[in-house]
Amino acid sequence: MAAKKIDTSSFPKLALQFRKEILEILNLAGSGHPGGSLSAVEIFITLYYYRMNHRPSDPQWDERDRLIISKGHCTPVAYVTLANCGYFPKDELKTYRKFNSRLQGHVHSKVPGIEFSTGSLGHGLAVANGIALGAKMLKKNFKTYCLLGDGENQEGSIWEAAMMAPHYKLDNICAIIDYNKVQENGPTNEIKRLEPLSAKWTSFGWQVLEVDGHDFQQLIRALDEFDTIKEKPTVIIANTIKGKGVSFMEGQASWHGKAPNAEQLAKALAELK
Amino acid sequence: MSEMIPTRDGFGKEIVELGKANDKILVLSGDLEDATRAEYFKKAFPERFFNLGIAEQDMVGTAAGLSQQGFIPFACSFAVFLTNRAYDMIRLDVCYNNLNVKIVCSHAGVTVGEDGASAQCLEDFALMRVLPNIRVICPVDAIEVRKATRLLAEQKGPMYMRTSRAPFPVITKETDVFKIGKANILREGSDVTLIGCGIMVYESLQAAEILKKEGIEARVINMHTIKPIDEEIIIDSAKKTQAIITAEEHQVYGGLGSAVAEVLAKNYPAPMETIAVQDTFGETGSPQELLKKYHLKDIDIVQAAKKVIKRKKK
Repeated sequence: MAAKKIDTSSFPKLALQFRKEILEILNLAGSGHPGGSLSAVEIFITLYYYRMNHRPSDPQWDERDRLIISKGHCTPVAYVTLANCGYFPKDELKTYRKFNSRLQGHVHSKVPGIEFSTGSLGHGLAVANGIALGAKMLKKNFKTYCLLGDGENQEGSIWEAAMMAPHYKLDNICAIIDYNKVQENGPTNEIKRLEPLSAKWTSFGWQVLEVDGHDFQQLIRALDEFDTIKEKPTVIIANTIKGKGVSFMEGQASWHGKAPNAEQLAKALAELK
Repeated sequence: MSEMIPTRDGFGKEIVELGKANDKILVLSGDLEDATRAEYFKKAFPERFFNLGIAEQDMVGTAAGLSQQGFIPFACSFAVFLTNRAYDMIRLDVCYNNLNVKIVCSHAGVTVGEDGASAQCLEDFALMRVLPNIRVICPVDAIEVRKATRLLAEQKGPMYMRTSRAPFPVITKETDVFKIGKANILREGSDVTLIGCGIMVYESLQAAEILKKEGIEARVINMHTIKPIDEEIIIDSAKKTQAIITAEEHQVYGGLGSAVAEVLAKNYPAPMETIAVQDTFGETGSPQELLKKYHLKDIDIVQAAKKVIKRKKK
């Protein structure tokens, strides 16, 4: 598939808006995961506004591309994206993490547009592989994407799944690693080294594409390239910054799973202009 | 004596029959299809069979994804490897997402035999029973397992089925009604009720014969569904016989005995004794040697029955 004729000039502005909304709903919720949401904003925008075929008015449309969110804690960016796409009213974002809300703390399929409920790490890739294998058997043309955290690469189940997709030549799946290099208690490569990450995935039989995960044009080029790769799966290693866009959150493990208070929110919003 | 067939054989035969009629049925294996009898399906439908290697977590996740595409995946391995190793995947991918995935496990109980304790799953009922959305089934013989396999394919939602390795007598008939969640009374009696599942139903029937010679009439129930448990028949039995024995090839905690005790305590407290493995691991040996050592034989049920009858309120 060739590059899509989509005007991407609004994307940087959209990213700024998403970051603000992410922080606002986290502040309202009083808990949640800002770091790994802010790092994945450009990935979500590129998928939902550029690459994926999807219909917000018909979330179960059979031909839609699928995104399995394996890093299920990144609900702020996922829900903000879906609400802005029109999957559910934006006003509902205020109920995030509240009792009786559909917007559960970790992604849940009762939210329109969420394909699969996750939360425990290391689950998404095998499920995405199953969907991609099923699509091949049914001769369906949609693509399956799977968003992984970097810390999640420490789970053995990720590598079981990493071995599966190349074996079945699943060229209709694209994993994207939000490589923000920080996990809950510190730098990922200090806690349990992933490097050489690209070589690991290559050695498992994946086409590896490394990009700056905050650069829309690089993300677009990689996602376009995925469409041209045959007989093997693709993984995009998106180098990102945890907490991207907020100076006091960037690269800080302490902002993995903590909501900003009113003062911190005001300070962050002032930076996002 | 009736024919001796392991329940795994019945599963293997029936899944092939189902595969002929429904091309949405898939079988996934963790490289144990020879032992689970999933290989019958592999031979019949190689394009719908996937050996995912020694990677049970991956097998369950892949099954979940396939079910999202309208397939009915049967994930097959030994009970320990699926219910223990891949527990988080069964919990989250299958049960939390409430998907149409069927987990079918052979090699449960001490009758796994010579492979020893590491392969003898004694926790599967407890582990599966505690998860929302899933149904837990342990058929009694090679005929019943075929009926159960059909219902697994027909009825939507997560299901766990235990089959066994050791050949055991066929005690049901093709014409017997099998309904998930509805136990079958195999023998009537008014002095004590023996509630068994899997191969322990046969031991219970043998025990009833021995008891009869001593003038004790036992009702024998085949509780093939551990969840949802047939509360009605448990309460009815407690009212009629005032004494209950459960018999299972499983740890004493968390399985059939616990499920029955929960029903009794809530509805109609009655004296009860449990025949099960007493909080210990198994070991190497022949199935019969191990059943004897771990007190899972008919004679153990007889002794428990006499004990529970003594505990009845005068």
